[in-house]
Amino acid sequence: MAARRSRIPATKYPVERFTLDNGLRVVLTPDRSAPVIGVAVVYDVGIRSEPEGRTGFAHLFEHLMFQGSENLEKLAHFRHVQGAGGTFNGSTHLDYTDYFETLPSNALERALFLEADRMRGPRLTEENLRNQVDVVKEEIRVNVLNRPYGGFPWLTLSPVMFDTYPNAHDGYGSFDDLESATVDEAVDFFRRYYACGNAVLAVSGDVDVAEATELIRRHFGDVEARPAPVRPDFGEPDLTAERRQSYTDRLAPMPAVASAWRVPDPITDFTTYLAYVVLAEVLTDGDASRLVERLVQRERTVTSIGGYLGFMGDPFDVRDPTALVLQTHLPPGGDVDKVLRTVDEELDRLATDGLTDGELARTQARMATHLLRDTDAVLGRALRMAVLEQQRGEPGLLNDLPRLVGEVTEEQVRAAAATLRPERRASIEVIPGGAR
Amino acid sequence: MTTPTLPARRELPPLGPITRLKLPRQAERTLPNGLTVIVVRRPAVPLVEVRLGVPFGRAHLARGALLAQTLLAGTERMSALRIAAELQKVGGGLSAGVDPDRLMLSGVGLVTGLDRMLEIMADVLTGATYPADEVATERAHLVDRIEMAQSQPSHLARVALLRRIYGRHPYAVQTPQPDQVRAVRPAALRTLHAERVHPNGAVLVLVGDVQPDRALDAVERALGGWRGDGREVTLPPTPPLEPGPIRLVDRPGSVQSSLRIALPAVGRTHPDHAALQLANLVFGGYFSSRWVENIREDKGYTYGPHAMVEHSAAGSVLVAGADVATEVTGPALLETVYELGRLASLPPGEEELEQARRYALGSLQLGMSTQAGLASLTSAYAGSGLRLDFLAEHAARLAKATVEDVAEAAARYLAPARAATVVLGDAERIGPGLAVLAPVESEPAST
Repeated sequence: MAARRSRIPATKYPVERFTLDNGLRVVLTPDRSAPVIGVAVVYDVGIRSEPEGRTGFAHLFEHLMFQGSENLEKLAHFRHVQGAGGTFNGSTHLDYTDYFETLPSNALERALFLEADRMRGPRLTEENLRNQVDVVKEEIRVNVLNRPYGGFPWLTLSPVMFDTYPNAHDGYGSFDDLESATVDEAVDFFRRYYACGNAVLAVSGDVDVAEATELIRRHFGDVEARPAPVRPDFGEPDLTAERRQSYTDRLAPMPAVASAWRVPDPITDFTTYLAYVVLAEVLTDGDASRLVERLVQRERTVTSIGGYLGFMGDPFDVRDPTALVLQTHLPPGGDVDKVLRTVDEELDRLATDGLTDGELARTQARMATHLLRDTDAVLGRALRMAVLEQQRGEPGLLNDLPRLVGEVTEEQVRAAAATLRPERRASIEVIPGGAR
Repeated sequence: MTTPTLPARRELPPLGPITRLKLPRQAERTLPNGLTVIVVRRPAVPLVEVRLGVPFGRAHLARGALLAQTLLAGTERMSALRIAAELQKVGGGLSAGVDPDRLMLSGVGLVTGLDRMLEIMADVLTGATYPADEVATERAHLVDRIEMAQSQPSHLARVALLRRIYGRHPYAVQTPQPDQVRAVRPAALRTLHAERVHPNGAVLVLVGDVQPDRALDAVERALGGWRGDGREVTLPPTPPLEPGPIRLVDRPGSVQSSLRIALPAVGRTHPDHAALQLANLVFGGYFSSRWVENIREDKGYTYGPHAMVEHSAAGSVLVAGADVATEVTGPALLETVYELGRLASLPPGEEELEQARRYALGSLQLGMSTQAGLASLTSAYAGSGLRLDFLAEHAARLAKATVEDVAEAAARYLAPARAATVVLGDAERIGPGLAVLAPVESEPAST
């Protein structure tokens, strides 16, 4: 078949940036195509920054940010957002924590008021803390402890690959650590990390730039100015010898294995890094991808396979150190060694023989579709731009991602594949302990 | 130290004027072969979303599930690999799935690839061959996936609830057993395809950066030759809910219990529907509801309780679900019954109804603000024989529902006396705590 390239389209979302006197960075991206807005506040603190002995604290604190603030009682935040016709949530990542709403555009000022109020200070009380420790424990039970493959691989692979506490510990946290958390620690965490200078506000969708700017100044202008804390270097040396561990999951009916290899710095070496983002898709995106075609379809040695950048699966919102991850589920009695050997073989073949005619272009075309689809949602735009501003000072990169992905060359993908050697690999194997 | 509770110094800003619901530009055509095509224009990003729903009620469970997995596994012209690569080339992808009512073929791609995607769809719809090798592969994967699901508490609780509420109705079992899947042969898939995969009664929805009339022409060119006059298969209406003892399903060693409560509900066009939706919101259908504020934000029993009205072709049902710590299973059910009973007995407050109403109306705006959201909504509505303009009608009903209407709907549909309750968990630990609340019948965990 002829390798006719699909032309990669671009988006042209406008980007307005400014910084308030108190250090809060702001990104606006107007789009009047639907009467809805996205509001995101991103704080530069995540799982890697939580104190030793306090695993899960960044996520627990995220919950506390919803429990009332200077002018708002407990429950008020939820009621005000939803009572305006909107939805809300927050999430905790390795390098940041985000808080966000999508609302009909007539609620813009209300959303800004709510975010500014908790930026001034949440109500950190013993009662709220105990209640949310209980809620978080149920979250961990539902997502990790009461289901098969809970926490696989994001919680179980990091400690094999990394040696230092910030990179290796369990981001959901142990029940002991969560139960030991105190209000004073929460107050200290807020003072240190939830500073204006450590935050980015992004507003997208049906807004007028001048009006939104005025409202943002009105509501955030007098939030106390505190500078961002110095972010430590979380770097770790690369692996020099293969690492492999296993554990028995008493609920899992079948084996599974996940592997990770370190990749270049996503911020300072973005061009090289992008080749790995494309490589992950060449390997695993869809039935025509290399590993799916061979392992899932032809040899049936695995039931499913996924490949992605970053332990939490988003290539564009993580800093160094990070990894390319491949995760597979095997059929009953599947042979993990054989699967790992086949992956090595395919990586060799890719590095040595290169790609087939049209293979790279079709992978890039579908990557463009996924990127565009994510930004169609007004909130997806606000969140992504907020993080790009925070980590790169470049929110407009969002418009360029489909094109940049499309510019990755075959040579770059081959070079990336050549670095994924067994001696740089960390793997975690799930041994099934579940009754069948 | 704690943040002192100061008197509020800053006032919550009011909401601006409400934007009226504005429907996007759309066009519809029914082709001579009976296929209904609906095209909705939202040019925000240069993509097109595709949703094809083919009536599939009463299809053989195991064969239907495997047909969905192998519909794209090869045609006279193209191998499975070629189909996947050709779709990818235009930035596209298609996947098939089944529910008790429909076979769904869904996807998204660059809008420049629309013609090619339609061509490939036509090729599989008219000429899927179900090659033996690919069928064997997908059969093995499907068996693995089913066995994987059978270790998930959410799946087991769903299976037990469906069996409890639907009895002998075809909806009672929606996942085939591994052995039933293992018995399916390619010839059976070809037969099922010939009998059921027909344009007559099917609805294709396209949403994206397209000109509606031109897109209709493109569909007609590509799919006009899809033939077949499939017989109408109708499902009997779902049976009324039979209240009864709590059904306790044992999952030894479970650290949480899955509570699932089914209550009666009505379809989208029923005059009670808007009031029921509001009653459900006030009870537990969104975060700022009585139930969530009680069992999560006050008592910390659970992480994510949820309640929603589920619509199917043969009937609707309201399902409330929460996964709660094993040791508070009884107390959590007690609070649930209390909140249902309170709303069924006493009218909601004016302000809490307004809050739920604004949420429901806002959700309509948000749901229409993306191509993917519009496509799913249009396709779901079409499955109930409705079009997007019903949104405006529904919004008007939501706006008009009074406290009395909602109280009446709550008394009629949310009464705990009408509930069918299933609890999956460690029976030995939770049985006694449930038995003090209501009679309990036990069933061993089966799949």
